[in-house]
Amino acid sequence: MAQLDISSIKKDFPLLSQGGPGKKGVPRLVYLDSAATSQLPLTVINAMEHYYSTTHANVHRGVYTIAEEATRLFEDARLKVGEFINAPNPEREIVFTKNVTESINLVAQSWGRGNLKPADVVLLSEMEHHANIVPWQIMASQIGFEIRYLKITDDGYLILDDLKRQLDGVKLVGITLMSNVLGTINDISEIVAMAHDAGALVLADGAQFVPHLPTDVAQIGCDFLAFTGHKMLGPTGIGILWAPTDILDKMPPFLGGGEMIADVTLEGFRPTEIPWKFEAGTPPIAEAVGLLEAVKYLKNIGMSKIREHEIEMIEYTFDHLKKRFGDDLSIHGPKDAKHRGGVFSFAYKDVHPHDLAQILDSEGICIRAGHHCAKPLMRRLGVTSTARASVYIYNDFNDIVALGDGLGKVKDIFG
Amino acid sequence: MTPDLEDLYREIILDHYRNPRNTGELKSPPAIRTVGFNPLCGDEITLYLDIEGDILKDVKIDIRGCSISQSSASMMSEAIKGKHIAEIQQFIQSFKSMMSVHKAQLAGDETSTQGKLADNDPGEVDDNLDDDGIVEQTLEDSKLGELTALRGVVQFPVRIKCATLAWNTLIQGLEEVG
Repeated sequence: MAQLDISSIKKDFPLLSQGGPGKKGVPRLVYLDSAATSQLPLTVINAMEHYYSTTHANVHRGVYTIAEEATRLFEDARLKVGEFINAPNPEREIVFTKNVTESINLVAQSWGRGNLKPADVVLLSEMEHHANIVPWQIMASQIGFEIRYLKITDDGYLILDDLKRQLDGVKLVGITLMSNVLGTINDISEIVAMAHDAGALVLADGAQFVPHLPTDVAQIGCDFLAFTGHKMLGPTGIGILWAPTDILDKMPPFLGGGEMIADVTLEGFRPTEIPWKFEAGTPPIAEAVGLLEAVKYLKNIGMSKIREHEIEMIEYTFDHLKKRFGDDLSIHGPKDAKHRGGVFSFAYKDVHPHDLAQILDSEGICIRAGHHCAKPLMRRLGVTSTARASVYIYNDFNDIVALGDGLGKVKDIFG
Repeated sequence: MTPDLEDLYREIILDHYRNPRNTGELKSPPAIRTVGFNPLCGDEITLYLDIEGDILKDVKIDIRGCSISQSSASMMSEAIKGKHIAEIQQFIQSFKSMMSVHKAQLAGDETSTQGKLADNDPGEVDDNLDDDGIVEQTLEDSKLGELTALRGVVQFPVRIKCATLAWNTLIQGLEEVG
């Protein structure tokens, strides 16, 4: 751990300093499920509490002081989140949603309805989360366009050899930047270049990527980026959609109601400007305040250092578990840490993921078992579910040793 | 092993998991073929029931699941094979009761005596269902035999759906017979 002082970082997270809830003799919680949701540093919790205790008011309405302050905080969050991904016009290009799912639904419903015709194609991949499949299937059932899927290799890479032919007729490519099951970091630059050549836009699902790697939308080159607060040390209930102003400007509103209008008569309405045009109703204000603080925390540590730490963690995990369990333990997805993030699905012999996770829980170790909202990928892998562990800035080698010890217990019970 | 886990992974459960009984398929038709899913984890079961008159002549199970869902299915198949349908219904009710946080907790369709098994949400307890007469038909624990080994599952609410997967599929299959 050359770069980060993890024991000091751990102390910033109240939840991580407690013992396993209700578990006798479990000295501490080993949290290895940040791919599902990350824990919050005290600064984020305090910022939200402080906001509710001192400043809470609705935004973009009141002329009184705390309403102005709430609005200022909310818009400052937008600016800082935009800067975090190097958005060219952060004040106008960051749309706050509920989560990644809503961000992608916004694109599917608003951009999709305006731009997709029956003869068109939307190109996704076999490794997408349901959030980047179902919104397109809903639109396809209404409009009648085709959905095509990029296949993956057995070791979890997208097959791009045939991309040029696959792009025929495609209007939009929707691809995850990092698989939430395999950990694969996709070669998005190559996809973007070829998609743009073919006249297609690219939506990048950044749910797993943005919290863990330096993100620059200009460098990625995508046309839409969706990510979420609660996987990057922030609270639940706030997601983000980024798109450049020229694309957002042309899109019709998604949800209708308060906040998103310039004028309403009994006959109709005029939408307001972007980004508010896409933010109907009272937005997640306290959540934006929390997210603002989370972004500050991440920037303070540095995303490059976080990535370096996670590469060390991945290499240690593979090495440690391989040494202890040999071929009894198999890990899905790329083996090269440079091509993957710190989320890995694994199997111990033929022990079912539910049993595995249950035994680990008795040791205070939190991992995920299930299909991870990626059932098409499960079918491709030939399984119904996987066990999945994921690391973040507050995990260290000790957590991986604990995981190994827990798997030792699985071995004791199931052989 | 902590006491909690010992309750869950009893030797008899692990035995049925390692050596599941009545696995395979039956020709359908004549056998009734029913597929059940646990949407939480993607586990899947295909249940084959060969019913002659009011007797379940044969049962076969094809399941992909965890130790709890597999052992529950295996024990269920042993308990119901060769039995009268009425007796099987009693097994179902008894198992339901055992899997309920409250003795008589039943979830799902209140109007049907073959409502779905208890859900995994203890918050859905509906004590009014005590009065619908179903409970009176249930068997004593002693008659449930090996199946009582699954009693420990109720301490792990998320796993109740694993234990009830085969049984919910059985209910579905029997409803098809009418």
